[in-house]
Order: sequence, then structure tokens, then C-alpha cells
Amino acid sequence: MIGGLFIYNHKGEVLISRVYRDDIGRNAVDAFRVNVIHARQQVRSPVTNIARTSFFHVKRSNIWLAVVTKQNVNAAMVFEFLYKMCDVMASYFGKISEENIKNNFVLIYELLDEILDFGYPQNSETGSLKTFITQQGIKGQHQTKEEQSQITSQVTGQIGWRREGIKYRRNELFLDVLESVNLLMSPQGQVLSAHVSGRVVMKSYLSGMPECKFGMNDKIIIDKAGKGGVTNEAGKSTSGKQSIAIDDCTFNQCVRLSKFDSERSISFIPPDGEYELMRYRTTKDIILPFRVIPLVREVGRTKLEVKVVIKSNFKPSLLAQKIEVRIPTPLNTSGVQVICMKGKAKYKASENAIVWKIKRMAGMKESQISAEIELLPTNDKKKWARPPISMNFEVPFAPSGLKVRYLKVFESKLNYSDHDVIKWVRYIGRSGIYETRC
Amino acid sequence: MTDSKYFTTTKKGEIFELKAELNSDKKEKKKEAVKKVIASMTVGKDVSALFPDVVNCMQTDNLELKKLVYLYLMNYAKSQPDMAIMAVNTFVKDCEDPNPLIRALAVRTMGCIRVDKITEYLCEPLRKCLKDEDPYVRKTAAVCVAKLHDINAQLVEDQGFLDTLKDLISDSNPMVVANAVAALSEIAESHPNSNLLDLNPQSINKLLTALNECTEWGQIFILDCLANYTPRDDRESQSICERVTPRLSHANSAVVLSAVKVLMKFMEMLPKDLDYYGTLLKKLAPPLVTLLSAEPELQYVALRNINLIVQKRPEILKHEMKVFFVKYNDPIYVKLEKLDIMIRLASQANIAQVLAELKEYATEVDVDFVRKAVRAIGRCAIKVEQSAERCVSTLLDLIQTKVNYVVQEAIVVIKDIFRKYPNKYESVIATLCENLDSLDEPEARAAMIWIVGEYAERIDNADELLESFLEGFHDESTQVQLQLLTAIVKLFLKKPTETQELVQQVLSLATQDSDNPDLRDRGYIYWRLLSTDPVAAKEVVLAEKPLISEETDLIEPTLLEELICHIGTLASVYHKPPSAFVEGSRGVMHKRLPARTGSGEGTECPDVGNAAGGSAPEAAPSIIPSQGDLLGDLLNLDLAPPTTPAVLLPLLGGDIGGSPAMGAGFGAAPAVMPASLNAPVGGGLGDLFDLGGGVGMPMGAYIPPKTVWLPAMKAKGLEISGTFARRAGVIQMELVLTNKAMSVMTDFAIQFNRNSFGLAPAGPLQVLTPLGPNQTIEVSLPLSTVGPVMKMDPLNNLQVAVKNNIDVFYFSCQYPISMLFVEDGKMERQVFLATWKDIPNDNESQFQIQDCHLNSEAASNKLQGSNIFTIAKRTVEGQDMLYMSIKLSNGIWVLAELKVQAGNPNYTVSSGTRRDR
Repeated sequence: MIGGLFIYNHKGEVLISRVYRDDIGRNAVDAFRVNVIHARQQVRSPVTNIARTSFFHVKRSNIWLAVVTKQNVNAAMVFEFLYKMCDVMASYFGKISEENIKNNFVLIYELLDEILDFGYPQNSETGSLKTFITQQGIKGQHQTKEEQSQITSQVTGQIGWRREGIKYRRNELFLDVLESVNLLMSPQGQVLSAHVSGRVVMKSYLSGMPECKFGMNDKIIIDKAGKGGVTNEAGKSTSGKQSIAIDDCTFNQCVRLSKFDSERSISFIPPDGEYELMRYRTTKDIILPFRVIPLVREVGRTKLEVKVVIKSNFKPSLLAQKIEVRIPTPLNTSGVQVICMKGKAKYKASENAIVWKIKRMAGMKESQISAEIELLPTNDKKKWARPPISMNFEVPFAPSGLKVRYLKVFESKLNYSDHDVIKWVRYIGRSGIYETRC
Repeated sequence: MTDSKYFTTTKKGEIFELKAELNSDKKEKKKEAVKKVIASMTVGKDVSALFPDVVNCMQTDNLELKKLVYLYLMNYAKSQPDMAIMAVNTFVKDCEDPNPLIRALAVRTMGCIRVDKITEYLCEPLRKCLKDEDPYVRKTAAVCVAKLHDINAQLVEDQGFLDTLKDLISDSNPMVVANAVAALSEIAESHPNSNLLDLNPQSINKLLTALNECTEWGQIFILDCLANYTPRDDRESQSICERVTPRLSHANSAVVLSAVKVLMKFMEMLPKDLDYYGTLLKKLAPPLVTLLSAEPELQYVALRNINLIVQKRPEILKHEMKVFFVKYNDPIYVKLEKLDIMIRLASQANIAQVLAELKEYATEVDVDFVRKAVRAIGRCAIKVEQSAERCVSTLLDLIQTKVNYVVQEAIVVIKDIFRKYPNKYESVIATLCENLDSLDEPEARAAMIWIVGEYAERIDNADELLESFLEGFHDESTQVQLQLLTAIVKLFLKKPTETQELVQQVLSLATQDSDNPDLRDRGYIYWRLLSTDPVAAKEVVLAEKPLISEETDLIEPTLLEELICHIGTLASVYHKPPSAFVEGSRGVMHKRLPARTGSGEGTECPDVGNAAGGSAPEAAPSIIPSQGDLLGDLLNLDLAPPTTPAVLLPLLGGDIGGSPAMGAGFGAAPAVMPASLNAPVGGGLGDLFDLGGGVGMPMGAYIPPKTVWLPAMKAKGLEISGTFARRAGVIQMELVLTNKAMSVMTDFAIQFNRNSFGLAPAGPLQVLTPLGPNQTIEVSLPLSTVGPVMKMDPLNNLQVAVKNNIDVFYFSCQYPISMLFVEDGKMERQVFLATWKDIPNDNESQFQIQDCHLNSEAASNKLQGSNIFTIAKRTVEGQDMLYMSIKLSNGIWVLAELKVQAGNPNYTVSSGTRRDR
């Protein structure tokens, strides 16, 4: 299991050091600093073995978090734990920075004592942690016995993510379908790979212990309903063509996985506040919101001509926002002249790229940029690698075609029904890694 | 509140000031002071001097302060055991506190204080806490049992905590169950033979129920524990799989990977024609692909595991090639792993896409990545014949870029393509020759020289090209020198008239001016061949070469099986068995996949023949730990540097001058086997051959003559001499005890110190009658190899203690490694072939045995007597090559190639063991 956890600043100074196992000595702290943080080369692996001791690390801004062990631990668990640790810290004191860590080191030690015991991760849900680990001293002394046992049963219980007795005057929930669409396209416009990785994020402000059921236009469900319920859902079975094929999905731990496995229904008691309900991935019938058509011509050894056309490919009534096209330029660029039809374009020497920004663009439109790049003559034999042209954007629909069909809320003990809950749904499609080779 | 100020106090007299503050009356000031102490502790300052003052602060009702004091205690209690006792009372009191959080905190902290005296006091509170009404306390107490076991295993057993822990598996609270499982699994690891976890269908059912309810971490503990279970039949296996598959949709990647591990393992037991088997295969692909959208570090772990999975079951991901395409912004470690998997998945169906990608990668920036991409193109050519032509033209394009390392890498792979498809792509040679000057790496130079020599008749200026290399002959690496020698001889055989001078020059360079025995030998062989029978020389040197096979760098099957059982863990990331990087007893237990079983009667099973046939070889797979074991455990080296294992040496003797690792392993040559540096002697093999007195004598394992281990002078009149032998698979220590004293000796007993191969007496020393003065007795002591292991120097050193009624005597002796060679050391041909290729050059060592007048046949028979098995024999260039395998008692395989040339009494042995990446 995990032998110890260290947090370092960018210089390699230790900010937090917590050792759980006897086989880890103080020298492990130095071994990681010398061999990884101060190593000359780029990090070649997130797992390092130094003198029979294994180090796992992740970096958040310029802070290094390292787990050390001498045993054959579950490596995936260690990284999941490190990410979770970052989430927990962020939810307590915001950004993970040297200053914040120093300011909260007592709290961090307290958290580390609670969420790792002898190197075994324990309950790490911020919802329940915050009930008994607080920044302003400990409530411990003032709690009644009932409160205490409520805390412990929640920390260890089946529904560790939600406490009982939550009350809202207005029962409300927000669903965000956030998708990032990823594309790799060849210069000839052939799709090499494309997929959407999506998340359904829910903000719930619901009283009591509500039982929720979430439905979307999952092809498997729709097809099943289409076949099984011809009589009562005859009208809806035509909606089959709007259903989408989900390659795979993963759920927050509140979702009953065995029920999803057997009936493919998504039922759960939600945590309070904001959380990620599910993640999914689709690869079929993706709406690619933009198409990038590059044209690069080398004119002699000291000049490049670049022309890039972007075409928007969605309903004309919708507007894409925050569009940014990044056209890489060679390292020996001496000057750039750009002309674009729309938006603003600038050559950024420090980033070796021409950045073209357009605030808004409607569907079924196209726009163009052309640039002349002057190059310094070099005797460097190595050719320019021609990194792909990348693109960023935001569109108000889900490129995968996913639609929320319903989210039903049942709370039998309190007297509010599904109709009383105010529900909001929003779709946002963003670019993930959206690249076209040139 | 800003706590960062505590990090900044660095002035002198700080400890003194802190002391005063700690003893202050004001609560706030006390707390501030403790915080300062913890901050100093974090940055590595020694604040142990403040121990009594900090412990004084423990008696507080402020929980935050209490936690800080506990933190301090855990760090320093060990250095101040006496004072730590001061804290015991508070702990015991806290364990009775009405607040469950405080009870748990006390028991949690107490378990972390590794002071014997404290652990004694811990037992009673722990016993209570294990049965506490509050689940939070129980789950903490469960882990505490594991802590206590780590400090004092005996105490835990004596106090009956293990039984209480087992009871907790049936606890009503899922988190208590999960922690109990984690604790029991850990304790069970250090008692490999105990039936501690006692997994049976009932307890498995309980675990599967808890699986649905506990935290993500708890699910991981339970799944990892389930993976150790072996279902009784395929039905049970299927029902467990059915209940585990929903976990594949969990958001936590570790839960997913642990579930994959259970499924991969239990699938082994399902009949392949079962519908469910196919369903399960289909269910595995999507979650594995989803893992690739996780954060890069997790992607890396996932990719290392997928690499194993595609080797074990390529059908799972065969259609998912695209997801392994490299993204421009992927971290380099992700890129390299993806590339590896792409090659494994490459097939005729997707080769066009793969090639287009690889070509793209070959123009990237990172040198390692580019090299690997170029090499991958070559591997595609060899793997998918239809693509070979496109691969070659892609490689030519890349050579035109003139990027130095790209060109060199391309030439190395083109050489392999020539070997796979002879007489097909030779038209490209001209292009290759243009780049001769830019080659500066030995591998590329050697490859180019090989090409020039092999196709000398088609290259007009082959002689000039080779001559240009000859100028700096002595500065080249051995690889290049050998290749150059062969190439020039080939050239001479093809164009004898104009190259006579050249060949003489290279032969004299190789034989007269070189210190390298390999080079000299090869030089002499060529020389003699050319001078006696040029026709024969032609047949030998220009013989048709065997084609190279397509799959390289596959993980050896038994290791792969073991690694599949470790999916998700570090072992799967390193691709090494845990024993290679875990110290102590924990990693030693080898896991393996269950055998496929037919369900019930044979009649029920539609595919009896297949099932039976399939189960036979799988029923008792011999686990072959990779060479990581040898390198790690025996030589106690770090994982990274490749070393030359020297296991064969004592038996075969020979020239050990060239290998530093051998020098280290056998610094002191074994007494019975002379092996002097730089002076090749017949050594052990000579002994082996001589002992039988010639061919046709009864075969048997080699037994060295007895030597005196303990002279009478040193042992109050007891003289011990002896030797070791292997008879019918049992290692025997044969002792001759002589009483040279005046009085009778009785009560003999023997013990061994820990040693490299875990040798231990399998029974007591059988000296039944008292040994009178001047009496001699011969005793044979059977040995086992399951004793404790410790690396010795030299490796085969054994320290022995012999006791009699007079005193205890110590001596050390060295055993011949050959007695550790086990009877089932005959490797399968295919496995041999794959493993042999896998052995990196660095792990190979060569030496010679001189004056051995046996032909290869007789030598092979002879060696078989000592459990050195000949796997294959082939005759190349007039010499017999014997390929042999040896398995050591600890499961390490050693492969060897013995070159025997008729009429030449000197043998060349190359041996090696595989090191994993």
C-alpha cells in the first residue's frame, strides 16, 4: 500500500510529508527531489523506481505531489487517489499553490490522517469530510451524540456522499451536458479519428433523500422501448433515428451500477450541490461543428504561404463562440503578414503560432485567413515538423447528438413531487483536441 | 488564518523559544507552538528534543491540537520510546471517549506508534474497538490489526485478532468489510501458506454484496481480493463475472482495472464456445478505451496494462486501433506506449492507416519517439507481408530527410527486412550506400556493413566501401568489427581476384592485433577455411540464412500469465513480477491464471477433447520468474542497469575476463572449479567430461570431488569434508565426519545461514551412533530449496553451522550451481526461440572451454546428465550449434548456445538470461 505522501514546491522543497509505513525513510524525500524534480531531462514516466522504491507523481501548476511505496500497490488506485486528494484540497482552499498549501498545512495533515489510514484510502468525499474536518476549529466538543453518530454513519455508510436532513425552500436542479469533441483530420480532409467525450454535470438543490432517475436518447433504450412498447409508445418509436450509440459510459459512485447493467436505467440518490453524474464517449455520427481546410506552400527556402479556410457546419440559427484557430509557424520565422476576412489575427512569436480569433460565427458560414511567413535561412538540416492546426470553440449544442429525455425525482418521505422540482438543462459543446494536419 | 508563517522561523535558539511557548499557559500560544514544531518537522529539522513538552500538550480537549500532537508522536516515538510511554494513558483514556471520532483517532494513532511497550497496551483497547458499536471505530480498528501485525505478528496471532478480523467480513457496514478485507489480504501476503482469507463461495458472496455498497476504494480492495480466488468450476466463475461486470462502468479507473483483472483471470476458466464468453470479450473493450480519456498518468498505467491484455487476448481490442493514434500533445510516456500497442494491433486490415500514422510520427521532435516510430515501420513490414513494399518506400522517404538518427534507425530496420524478404528490395541499396558517412552508431554501421557484404556482387565499389571502414578498425565496437570481418570474407568469396589484399589485411587485424577472443576465433576460422578449402568456405560463409520471424519482444508466456494476475498494480506497469522490485516475503508468492475446467461430467461439455487438451498443459504451468528475480534478488541490483547473469559459469568454467558482473558475482572462484581470469581453462565442463571416463559410460550428474571444509584444528578435533550431489531430483549434501579428538562426539546437528538459493536441510543430520575417536562416518543430508533467501558473495557460498556435544563450529563451502538445475528444465522449442531472441546482448556472456575432446552428440548427452537439456541442434558453417536450456531451482531459466567445431577441442559457449524491460 501507499507508504508515504510528499508535496513539494517547484524548487523541490518539502511542504508536506506524511509517512504511513515503516519501510519508508526520510531519504525517500530526497531521492525523489534529486532524481525527478531536479533531473535534467524531461520526465519520461509518472512512475519512477529509485533503489527499489517506487514513486508516483502528478503535478498541479508548479506543485509536485508524490506517493512513495516499496510494495506492489495498485498503481491505478494511487493515481486516482492523488487526483482525489487534489480535488479535496481544492474544495477546501481553492487553487493548489505553494501559498495555499503553506497556509493550510495543518488542515492538510488532518485530511491526510483521515483519508489515508496505513496507506489505505478511506472515505474521501468532500461532502462528508466537511461535516467533521473544518477550517475553523473542530466542532467535536459541541456536537451532540446524535450528531456524532450521524457523522460516523455517513462517513462509513452506503450513501456516504449525502447527509440526511437537507432542506431547501425551492427544490431545483440544473443539468449541464458538457461535451468536448475531438478530431484528428488529414490535410486532405479525411477524418483520422473523432470522438466526443461528454460529461453530465448536475447541480442539485433537493430536500431529503431524493431518488432520481435519469433518461437520455441512448440507442439501446430507445430500441428496446420501440420493440417492447409498440402499443403505448407507438408515436415515439419514430424517434429511433435521433437516438445515439454510446460506446461506453462511467458513472459517479452514487449510481446503482448493477441496475444499469441489467436494465440500463440510471438511478441514484444524488450528492448535494455540484457533481459529475456520468461520463460517456461516442464515436458514431458525430456532428463536427467546424471543418478546417489548410493550404501550406513553401515558396523557396525563406518563405511560406499559408491559407486556412474554416467552415461552420450546424444550423444557421445557432451561434458558435470563442473561436480560435492556431496556425503553427516554423521556429525560424522572421516576420508574418496576415489578412483575415473576419475576427482578428496576430502572429505570436513566443508561441510560434498565428492566432486567429473570432468572437462569434453562425452556422453554415465560412471564413478565411491567408498569411505570408518570412523565414530566416538556416543550415539546420532538420525539417520543420509541421505541427497540426488546432482549433478552439464553443457551441450551444451537443455534437454527439445526446438529448436528455427526463430526470425524475421521487422523495416519498417529504411532500414534494416530481412536478414541483424546477429543472434546467443546458448543452455546451467545446473543442477538445481538434486538430487538422497540414 | 495564515499558517505559512510557521515555515519561516529559522533563527537561532528556536528550539529554546519553542520550548517556552509549548509550556505557556495560554491555549492559543500552545497551539501556535505545536504548529511551528510540525512545520519544522515537515522540512526535515530535528525537533525531537521537544518531545516531553509536546507530549504534555496531549491532554487537551481541543481536537485539532490533539491531532497535531499525535502527528508529532508518530514521527518521534520510536526515537524516544521511554518517553512515549507517557502518552499511553491518554490513548487508553481516549479509547473510552464517548465521541466515536476520538475513539477512532486514538486507536488509529496508537497503531502507528512502533514502540513495543506501547503495543502491549494497545491490545485491550483494540479488542474493544473491533467490537465497537460505531462502524467508524470498527473500520479504523480493522486497519489497526494490520498495523499491529506489521509490528508484532506473533502478538496478533496470540491475541486472536485474526479471528475477530475474519468475523468483520460479515459486518453489516460495507466500509468495515472493505477495510477488513484489505487488512486480511495484507496479512495473508506475509503468510503465503496460511488459509487466512479462507475464500469460499459463501464468503465470496458476502464480498460481492459489499462490493455494490462500499466506497470506490473499498471496491478496489474487494476486487483485488477476489482476484486471488480460484472458482471451483466454470459455473461459479461465470456467476462471479456476471456480478463483477457492472463495475466496468465505474468512474474510478482503478475500480475498472481491478474488475478487468478479475474478469481476465476468471475468463480462463470459461469454455470458449460459451455464449457468455463472447459477450464478456465484447464488454471488455469499451471500458479499456474509455481509460484513455483519463488524465495522462492514468492513461500511462492503462496503456501498460492494455499492452499485456492485447498480448494475452488480442481479439478484445483488434478493432480499436484508432484510439491508440498518438496525439500531438500527449506526454512522451503516453506516446511511446501507444506506439507499442499500435504495432501489436497492426494487421493486414488496418496497415494502411497505421503506416500513414507512423510516417507522420517519424517527423516529430522527440528523438526516442521518432526512433521508435521508424523501427515500428520496419516491424510492420516484417509482420504484414502485403505492406512490406510500402514500408520500404516509406523508409526510403525518411532516409531522404537526412536526419541523422532517422537514417541510422531506418538502415537497421531495412537490414531486417532484407533478412525477411531476401532478393526483393535490393534495388534500394544504392540509396543506402549514399548515407554511409553519416552513420556513427555501431548498430547502424554494423547493419550497413552486413548489407554491403551480403550484396557485394551488386555493389560495384563494395571493396572501397569496406576498405574505408577498415582504416579505423580498432576503434570500432566489437559488433562492427565482427560484421566487417564477415563482410570482407563474403566479398572475397564473391570477387576473389581484386580483394585478396583486403581480406588478408582484415584477417591479420582480427587475429593478430585484437584482444577480443570472439573476433580472433572468427578470424582464425575464416583463415583456416579459406586456406584449406575455399569451396567449403563458400558453402559455410555464403550459406542460406534462416528467415527471421515476425513477432518480437513478446513477453514470455508464463510471465505474461503472472502479470495478468497483477493487472492494475505496479507489476503491470513495470512488466516485472513483484518479486523483482518488492523486498522481503511479500512479493515472493507467484500468482497464476486458473486452468480451464470442464463443467461436471464430460458428457455435458460439448467440446471435451478441446477442453481436456486445453487443460492438460495449463494444469501445471511452471512459473518462470523473469530474470528480474535473479538480478534483483541475488545480485541485489537496481532495476535499471542490465547485467550479465553468471549462473552457468561455475559449471562450464572459462574466460570470465570480459564481464564485470561476473567478476562481481564470482569474485572468489569456487574452490572446486578453477576459473582464472583471462586464462581460459577447461574448468567445470572439462571435469564433467572427464569424470565419466569417456563416451558410453553411465550418465549421471556431475559430482565434484570431496574437499575438506572444516579442518580438525579449527573444530576441536572434528574434521568435516564433503561435496554436493543431485540424485533423483534431490539435492544431497554428502558429509564425511571424522573424529580426530580423544573423546566421543554426540548430539550432532546442522544449520545453514540464509543463502542465495534458499538451501536448507530437509531433515535433521542423521548421526545416530556416537562418533568415537578416530572414527569416520559418512552422512548424506537431503536439502530443500525453500529456505530463506539472501544474496551471498560469491553467489554459491553456503555458511554452515555444525553443533556437537563439544561446541558449535562454523564453516563455509561452495556448492556447484549444477546441482540446482532441475529435471524439468527442458524448455519448449517455441518458448526457447522467443526467449532467446528476447535476451538483450548485454545479458549474454561468452566464453570458451578448451581441450574438450568430445563431439557435440556426446557433450549433449553428458550435459543432460546434469539437467542441461539440448533443445535444438543446427549445423552452420561447419560447426555444430547446440541450444540448451537450464532451469534453476528458483525458477530462473538460463539459455545457452554451445558451438562445437569438429576437430577443434575448444568450445564456445554463449549464455544468457533474459532481463525484462
